[in-house]
Amino acid sequence: MVQGFLILLLCQLTGEWLMVWLGIPVPGPVAGMILLLIGLVVFGRVPDYLRMPAEGLIRHLSLLFVPAGVGLMVFADVLAQQWLAILLSLVLSTFITLIVTAWMLQTLETRQRK
Amino acid sequence: MEITNFWVYFAARPLFWIVITLMAFLLAMALNRKVGGSALLHPVLVAMVLIIVLLQLSGTDYDTYFEGAQFIHFLLGPATVALAVPLFDHRERIRRLLVPLSVACISGSLTAVVSTLLIGQLLGASDALLLSLAPKSVTSPIAIGIADQIGGYPSLAAGLALMTGVIGCLLAPLVFKMLKTRSETAIGFSLGLSAHGFGTAYAMQRSTLTGAFAGLAMGLTGVLSSLLIPLVVRLMGLS
Repeated sequence: MVQGFLILLLCQLTGEWLMVWLGIPVPGPVAGMILLLIGLVVFGRVPDYLRMPAEGLIRHLSLLFVPAGVGLMVFADVLAQQWLAILLSLVLSTFITLIVTAWMLQTLETRQRK
Repeated sequence: MEITNFWVYFAARPLFWIVITLMAFLLAMALNRKVGGSALLHPVLVAMVLIIVLLQLSGTDYDTYFEGAQFIHFLLGPATVALAVPLFDHRERIRRLLVPLSVACISGSLTAVVSTLLIGQLLGASDALLLSLAPKSVTSPIAIGIADQIGGYPSLAAGLALMTGVIGCLLAPLVFKMLKTRSETAIGFSLGLSAHGFGTAYAMQRSTLTGAFAGLAMGLTGVLSSLLIPLVVRLMGLS
């Protein structure tokens, strides 16, 4: 458990350093995720001491969004002034994105199966 | 001791706001279960509203709240790294569908950022707002990083991404009906791509296969977007 948590943090830390050092605009945790994935592929399996904290964190992922979400209160002015632009661009863009992705994958999958 | 002093004493302590955050979340979860798991009353959204109301009522500013809440926020980093585990678990299926998935991921992520920016621009959104809207389909921890990178407001970007997640779950059934989508792969992947963590949680309710592909889409979109969005923003002359 502690070992697994340490691995997660080490991957994140190495990710942060690497991205700063290489000057690539990828957030540290994402780079850490890629590092861990490479590590797992090389190692060949997920050890139990890593699976436990990893799955625990993922299961409660939505709780971790709350502190940042509360930060919306700081932007009450922006939200009040531009709410229509925000709402419309979020709804329309999400709608278009869902259609494009689902349609594209559906079509390609059927083609691959033939 | 007066009651106001008592309040000030406790509010100043980070522990208090951690407890409040956890309690608000549990309350929101219970409420969501009671209404049958509707996406409109998503626990994160309800918890956010509860906490914001409490902060307003007690006259507490966000910085004070965050002094405590940062300990929860901090875990987003290792949680993002942990997403490598489900990706590794489903590596076989991913390898088989590598080409369709990559094409769908690239076109989907591109559609997400370009359509948001164009619609936002058309409706007169300010540049700072546009830069915070750009990573809206990306899971919050990555959206925060991207917004920071391109000059938007990280915390606004996180909030907008959360709203996108809720919107995606509400729109998804309609879209799948319209397209007559049956493939669980396509359903999961499009949910994860457009509505990140919220879409993944929603897909998990259908089946673990759908959920795995949603998780994959969320991860891939996150990585791809952190490279793509700075580029698109520069091409559109926004930063």
